[in-house]
Amino acid sequence: MKTQGSPLLAGLLFAATSMVGHTAEVQVAVAANFTAPMQKIAAEFEKDTGHKALLAFGATGKFYAQIKNGAPFAVFLAADEKTPATLESEGDAVPGSRFTYAIGTLVLWSAKPGFVDDQGAVLKKGEFQHLAIANPKTAPYGAEAIKVLTRLSLLDAIQPKLVTGENISQAYQFIVTGNAELGFVALSQVMFDGKLSSGSAWIVPADLHDPIRQDAVILAKGKDQPAAKALVEYIKGKKATAIIQSYGYNL
Amino acid sequence: MLSAVDLAAIWLTLKLATVTTAILLIVGTPIAWWLAGTRSRFKVLIGALVALPLVLPPSVIGFYLLITLGPHGPVGQLTQWLGWGILPFTFAGLVVASALYSLPFVVQPLQQAFEAIGPRPLEVAATLRASPWDSFFTVVVPLAKPGFITAAILGFAHTVGEFGVVLMIGGNIPEKTRVVSVQIYDHVEALEYAEAHTLAGGMLLFSFLVLLALYSRKGRNAWT
Repeated sequence: MKTQGSPLLAGLLFAATSMVGHTAEVQVAVAANFTAPMQKIAAEFEKDTGHKALLAFGATGKFYAQIKNGAPFAVFLAADEKTPATLESEGDAVPGSRFTYAIGTLVLWSAKPGFVDDQGAVLKKGEFQHLAIANPKTAPYGAEAIKVLTRLSLLDAIQPKLVTGENISQAYQFIVTGNAELGFVALSQVMFDGKLSSGSAWIVPADLHDPIRQDAVILAKGKDQPAAKALVEYIKGKKATAIIQSYGYNL
Repeated sequence: MLSAVDLAAIWLTLKLATVTTAILLIVGTPIAWWLAGTRSRFKVLIGALVALPLVLPPSVIGFYLLITLGPHGPVGQLTQWLGWGILPFTFAGLVVASALYSLPFVVQPLQQAFEAIGPRPLEVAATLRASPWDSFFTVVVPLAKPGFITAAILGFAHTVGEFGVVLMIGGNIPEKTRVVSVQIYDHVEALEYAEAHTLAGGMLLFSFLVLLALYSRKGRNAWT
């Protein structure tokens, strides 16, 4: 389908296709670190297929609890591989629909330029009041941040300075408002088109934590929804892959 | 039954509610007194400002507090200049947020109590040469005592029941900003339903008993 042509025509076409019922809405639970790329992908997906993806963003552990309690999501893009696997083994996801859509990178980031050095020595110096992370109990990026501090033998020293965001977006927001001088976030939150958007960052070496493989899965509620299947295929496609990589994810 | 972190959250919540209620009684009394007696055209304006936390979502209050108290906000600049650092993620920050959030719950019952007394007892006291301060403490305070008790109970209970604002500016730090409501949320999110049940059940019982006490008082004394 061509995307050029007058917006009016495109609008009419979209309205017409909606009316004959070829398009549908699909409810998607998205790990908070994947917020920005997923918004772009959903917009392209709607343009190309007419299906509309309704996105909810949050911590992976929180979505797990919601899905176990009957949340109406059809597709789940988690921040780890464990949660989708658990859902599948517990019968809450479509068997065989799991796949890795992104491999995330953890960064130590500050909104202040020059605050974080490229070796992460700022952590050892400890000249800061607050370090923000996502809730390690529910957010995989938070759990990985704790692993990094543990492997650097800095957890005990930094523990009193830790402030915990409900999910990685809140951790980012604590840092961006300057209330926390620095914190661990996802590279995708601070990077676009291969460049750091602002501030200063240390990309945490891969040997300091486990690789953050982020898996997606079609949930039991989405089993008979063609739009859910279409979205998953779309995420695997070239266009979505390019968007995902532009935010610093590996694939 | 209750873990150490749960007990710490309960203790912190009680401390926060006590400090906040004490501050609100001190700050709220003159505001309520002024609102009860004034004929100023600003009465409506101040009354509406005080009532704002009743209708604003906690996300709005939390968002503005995070910005205002943060290092680039006006209050944050002031506290840093004073050498106190910034208020978010601290107990003091939660006190400021709670005082703002529970303000109408203290001011409104006090204002109603003062209005119910009316100017007459004070005029009588004045003819007996009582100074304004003297008559306030010997005449108004005893007469408005039920209003003070209602205000204190509501201010305390509402602070204990606070969640959204704390979630947004607290940073979930054990023993400093992790109050009971946040701890319950954490338990629920992590599917720790047994722990969540203990705390949530306790909260339910506490809130019910507080309201029961309040309404049985009201049954005897009408609103004030």
